[in-house]
Amino acid sequence: MHLKYESQLREPLVYGEKDFHQVTEDICRPIEAKPSRLWYIGFFISVALLMFGVYSIYEEVIYGTGQWNLNKTVGWGWDITNFVWWVGIGHAGTLISAILLLFRQGWRTGVNRAAEAMTIFAVMCAGQFPIWHMGRVWMAFFVMPYPNTRGPLWSNFNSPLLWDVFAISTYFTVSLLFWYSGLLPDFATVRDRAKTKLRKKLYGIAAFGWTGSTKHWQRHESLSLVLAGLATPLVLSVHTIVSFDFATSVIPGWHTTIFPPYFVAGAIFSGFAMVQTLMLVLRKVYGLQDYITLGHIEAMNKVIVLTGSIVGVAYLTELFMGWYSQNKYEQYAFFYSRANLFSPYGWSYWGMMACNVLSPQIFWLRKMRRNLFVTFFMSIIVNIGMWFERFVIIVTSLYRDYLPSSWSIYYSPSIFEIGFYVGTFGLFFTCFFLFSKYFPVIAIAEIKHVLQTTGESYKDQVGNIETQQVEEFAHEYAH
Amino acid sequence: MAKKKFVVGCFKQESVLFPAVKRVRTAGYKIHDVYTPYPVHGLDHAMGLRETSLHTAGFIYGITGTATALSCISWILASDWPLNFGGKPHFALPAWIPIIFEFTVLMAAVGMVLTFCYLCQMAPFLKKHHFHLRATDDLFVMVIECTAKTNAEDLQGFLANAGAVETSIQEAEAGWWLGTYDKEQRLIRDTTIEIA
Repeated sequence: MHLKYESQLREPLVYGEKDFHQVTEDICRPIEAKPSRLWYIGFFISVALLMFGVYSIYEEVIYGTGQWNLNKTVGWGWDITNFVWWVGIGHAGTLISAILLLFRQGWRTGVNRAAEAMTIFAVMCAGQFPIWHMGRVWMAFFVMPYPNTRGPLWSNFNSPLLWDVFAISTYFTVSLLFWYSGLLPDFATVRDRAKTKLRKKLYGIAAFGWTGSTKHWQRHESLSLVLAGLATPLVLSVHTIVSFDFATSVIPGWHTTIFPPYFVAGAIFSGFAMVQTLMLVLRKVYGLQDYITLGHIEAMNKVIVLTGSIVGVAYLTELFMGWYSQNKYEQYAFFYSRANLFSPYGWSYWGMMACNVLSPQIFWLRKMRRNLFVTFFMSIIVNIGMWFERFVIIVTSLYRDYLPSSWSIYYSPSIFEIGFYVGTFGLFFTCFFLFSKYFPVIAIAEIKHVLQTTGESYKDQVGNIETQQVEEFAHEYAH
Repeated sequence: MAKKKFVVGCFKQESVLFPAVKRVRTAGYKIHDVYTPYPVHGLDHAMGLRETSLHTAGFIYGITGTATALSCISWILASDWPLNFGGKPHFALPAWIPIIFEFTVLMAAVGMVLTFCYLCQMAPFLKKHHFHLRATDDLFVMVIECTAKTNAEDLQGFLANAGAVETSIQEAEAGWWLGTYDKEQRLIRDTTIEIA
């Protein structure tokens, strides 16, 4: 019997009659079993997509960025759209693992491991776009400030693009450290129940010799808490800085002060949608319905409807400010290029509105929040919508600039731009398939920790205690 | 490093473990460690461990990061190679805040994780004695170090009396090693490195 009390009104976070050993068994099963045929099919499709991406990048590196349909007017197209989209997706993982840890949200334990993995893979995908967009990618190290023989000509610390370099690389490193430090105890669990020598050896290396000592746990808790405290402002700063790439410019439709909060909300919005997509598949395939419960799905849908509405308010605010500014360039960007269904890219604006603002409102209904099919469908819709959002911001602001003679006719991606994007899906899912096979997809130790306060069987016990006489209760359980 | 003799008691529940820790400590035995499958809150206090100062280390690393970033950027842009970026001042502090912040976080996080690994003596390829394999699964494993005066059998009985479901006497390396042990737990190739 644990000493912490949790209300009966809250749903259990772990269903079923489970003890600690059962938790270990359930979560380690996918690692110890042979992968299913479905896993192999999925994995090889992902690798094939990745190869297509590699080929697209090969073409781009050999023949230059001219292989993409970017031009002088639309200098950022699919590549930066995809960059922002992937970074945004990453944000949900950090929100779940860090911010919800600080807010003491117990339900994060079921999904945090996989969500953090998603963060890391998404940031890996995101990083590809600015790097290969450089064109002469073998000069990529020029962004690093180091004493060099070119002056020394240092990088420009006043530039949002350099802020991005620091933000993304820090974000990746910190997420990786946070994720891996949480994995250490779980690798030790897998190591200690390994049946084969090879597995014992490999997981032994990965576990860094973790023993589960009380002192180590104490430090581990302190480490997790401080890393969460660091990751929380970090994750907000990362998308803020990404939004600075646009907001510090003088392009109509970009230089607005609303960008940082609006981008962060949008990032969390799209990230949660991606978490939903992955979790719904993961819990089904690995039979983890007891750990990733309908309650978890519902909680994430609540975040989706909240952030979706914040994003919606931001869109309307932008339109209002466009009108209120009485600046004709601003108004042209918002009322001709964007909110006008009959302009060349009007379809993307209204697609964004439909996917991001209107359709998530369905989650005000509890029945819909707990409907797996609706959730899965909406998670895809939201991610399409968020891709549109970035496309709208980038392309509709760029394709007609101040000088009509340099207006571009119609930017559409080349096969290599599309291939690059498809390739990052390959990279993402290849990593995720490997993760789901070789890593504990749910934080075993953390589940055990919450099991005694929020497990279904515990709740039943507490329910019995509550019906007992006060004196009897005090006699048996109070300290 | 020399091997030591330990008495090991395994517990199934937190509610049994806590009184047992108290009893063992009042009886005057020295608890080497308690190995648990998840962080048991309050166990460190029950064992009389002091609070960790890891967060203080993190703060120091963070401050170091701030100072490094600020001093490097200001030296580079205001002294070593001043450039005119759109007529902005050379010492453009507001524009540096993002990078200073990111670097603070980076240093704090990396420094803390490395310190954590150092303090816990954790690294890949490094081996430690595991008193019970189920300590990472579902058992709370209390390990008591034997002194010259300790009667191990009595202590085993004491632990069983305190609620241990399983007890044993083990001779083991208390630290870590890189070599290999044979089946009888004798060190075949001693590559232990003495560290402070």
